Amino acid sequence: MEENKNFTVSVYTENNIGILNRLSAIFLKRHINIESMTVSKSEIEHVHRFTFVVIVPETLIRKVVLQLEKQIEVIGAYYHTEDEIIYHETALFKISSEHLYDDKIQDKMKFRRAHIISITERWFVIEASGLKEDIDNMYEKLKPFGLLQFVRSGRIAITKPKMAISEILAEIN
Amino acid sequence: METLNTKVNEVKTSKTVKITGAEAVIKCLLAEGVDLAYGYPGGAIMPVYDEIYKYQDQFHHVLTRHEQGAIHAAQGFARVTGKVGMVFATSGPGATNLVTGIADAQIDSTPLVCITGQVGSHLLGSDAFQETDIIGISTPVTKWNYQVTKASEIPEIIAKAFYIAKSGRPGPVLIDITKDAQFGELDYSYKKCEKVRSYKAVPKLNIEKVKEAAELINSAKKPFIVWGQGVILGGAEQEFKKFIEKTNIPSACTGLGLSALETAHPLHVGMVGMHGNYAPNVLTNSCDVLIAIGMRFDDRVTGNLATYAKQAKVIHFEIDPAEVDKNVKTDIAVIADVKETLTKIMQFVDKGEHKEWMTAFDKLYQIEVNEVINDQLNPTKQGLTMGEVLGGINKETNGDAIIVSDVGQHQMFAWRYANFVKTRSNVTSGGLGTMGFALPAAIGAKMGAPDREVVAIIGDGGYQMTCNELGTILQTKAAVKIVVLNNSYLGMVRQWQELFFDKRYASTEMVSPNFVKLAEAYDIEAVKVSKREDLAGAIKTMMASKEAYFLEVVIEQEDNIFPMIPTGASVSDIRLS
Ligand SMILES: Cc1ncc(C[n+]2csc(CCOP(=O)(O)OP(=O)(O)O)c2C)c(N)n1
Ligand SMILES: [Mg+2]
Repeated sequence: MEENKNFTVSVYTENNIGILNRLSAIFLKRHINIESMTVSKSEIEHVHRFTFVVIVPETLIRKVVLQLEKQIEVIGAYYHTEDEIIYHETALFKISSEHLYDDKIQDKMKFRRAHIISITERWFVIEASGLKEDIDNMYEKLKPFGLLQFVRSGRIAITKPKMAISEILAEIN
Repeated sequence: METLNTKVNEVKTSKTVKITGAEAVIKCLLAEGVDLAYGYPGGAIMPVYDEIYKYQDQFHHVLTRHEQGAIHAAQGFARVTGKVGMVFATSGPGATNLVTGIADAQIDSTPLVCITGQVGSHLLGSDAFQETDIIGISTPVTKWNYQVTKASEIPEIIAKAFYIAKSGRPGPVLIDITKDAQFGELDYSYKKCEKVRSYKAVPKLNIEKVKEAAELINSAKKPFIVWGQGVILGGAEQEFKKFIEKTNIPSACTGLGLSALETAHPLHVGMVGMHGNYAPNVLTNSCDVLIAIGMRFDDRVTGNLATYAKQAKVIHFEIDPAEVDKNVKTDIAVIADVKETLTKIMQFVDKGEHKEWMTAFDKLYQIEVNEVINDQLNPTKQGLTMGEVLGGINKETNGDAIIVSDVGQHQMFAWRYANFVKTRSNVTSGGLGTMGFALPAAIGAKMGAPDREVVAIIGDGGYQMTCNELGTILQTKAAVKIVVLNNSYLGMVRQWQELFFDKRYASTEMVSPNFVKLAEAYDIEAVKVSKREDLAGAIKTMMASKEAYFLEVVIEQEDNIFPMIPTGASVSDIRLS
């Protein structure tokens, strides 16, 4: 069995309704769990960018990316390994204000890209960002204080290799 | 879409006229050269049907008895003509009744445009009467789909739909039009679509790959070609023939590739796959170079992938990049239009001679003749065989007929024994295996090729899935020849139960009505044959008829289809009995 790896899939699409359904259907058909997903504008006007993270064998992701790319409204689809990308995730932690002046919490935050972004009498919110592991670590450390809420964003990633979307658009038009 | 909205077009040019969205639909279809559609009306599509009524001298609509019948008919039409099949249905149940046909067209790359009515846009998402999310439902089984909510979008979207359905690897497109968009007005002008910026219909041919492929072919001692429907879809039948005749390479087809090359061609060594011919299946695992042309290595073709052509270098000519290396790892892939590839490669391939290698095919063919084919074509057992019925039809039609097959044992007999002399003559549900496909598809095929004989080969099971379409035959007078091969079983499933489930015939025995009376109820001349001596005469009478005709042949009940590659077995372990 080929080993599972983390892949970041970047899909450039037209900005039309229903594309998310079409893309997720391809993962669904192959019984692949999407670990995280982010949709945003891209560097090109009217072109949207989906970023998926999946954990699968490379031969599988290669086929999936071709099937994503085949969709009419997909301009280009790519997959990258962890060392081919620069990526980032963000998380928010809501914690009871009784811990606000707890030295232990202050300690945990010192070493991380973490800071408090909101404080009320009853609760406060810590924002942390970084690699997946950084946030995993932060989660483990803050959990003992009782998390009132926890939420983490999908991965956003910039790839080191070029994705030639403008060239593809220029070629067809 | 904004560029087309009414504001921009308010400045009247001589080219634009104000009409309703519904009328625009018909005008767009006429502009695309479409004057025939299959469908079924209902509330949400009524404005369009009203225009069909008004345009009836230019635009013909065939009312089927079920939306599934409409879409299969459109598929039959598309398969024999190469044109886009056109379907209308209403929202909700009308739309969902299309789904099987859409999935069938998607997996068999059949170009279709389906237009469904939808509830008014202000009702979308409110669970309105007959509202269903047909865009969501059809997304995984369409090449493209789109919901129109403004009349002004209609011309551009229909143009795009036709371009997408027929270009590159063809497929079904669904356009869902809300009722208000049908009633709404627009300034009409039509421009055919020639490109979609995010869609590359035909990949650019890499000539270096063609040269590499040619070199490998020239050096091969035991080259073997497997071609698929791509040859037909790409209109490359002549180029294909020139290529194999120059290189003299034995060539076998997939089920959907049938009829691209005449059956009697000396280089045609049969069909591969689960119930294909013995020689091409066995020798897949002996060739040194396997050249796959316009085919996708379906599991029914390859059997166990782990033992499929492992000794061979594999060349793949394919238009769809997603099919390359999907199932079988290729050594050289030419990803381009197959006609272009086959044209370009001619200057690089040498004239070849593979006499000894051809003999290997002949030898195995003789074994198949002795152990399987003779028993089918010239049976000595009392019961009639499906093979002899096909043999009888070949004799009467000289292979000139379009054979439409349903799904089951009779389909495999049709694929194996029908004799083809013209391309686009094998209309069948390959990838999806949709029982009930044949009768409506035959109606569409006959309308697409009115000068040709259309013979539908159907099982007693599948016939009862769509025999309501006899009503469509009654109403349209489509002169299809219907042959029901009645073995009183869901034969293909029964065969598997016999071979792999110790003959536990769970729900495969089938009691059927009096099929002759049923056909007669629809004013169709009908005959039932159960004795060998009556068969040839009955087929002759049927083929001589100028009208629709029904022939039921009572078949030996527990006959099996062989050869067979059991699931999970290797192509070279194909069983003769
Ligand atoms: C819509 C649908 N349902 C179920 C099947 C599974 N199936 C495949 S072949 C077959 C039996 C077909 O029986 P019949 O039409 O009598 O043809 P025969 O095999 O007897 O020639 C069945 C049930 C199918 N292919 N399609
Ligand atoms: Mg049967």
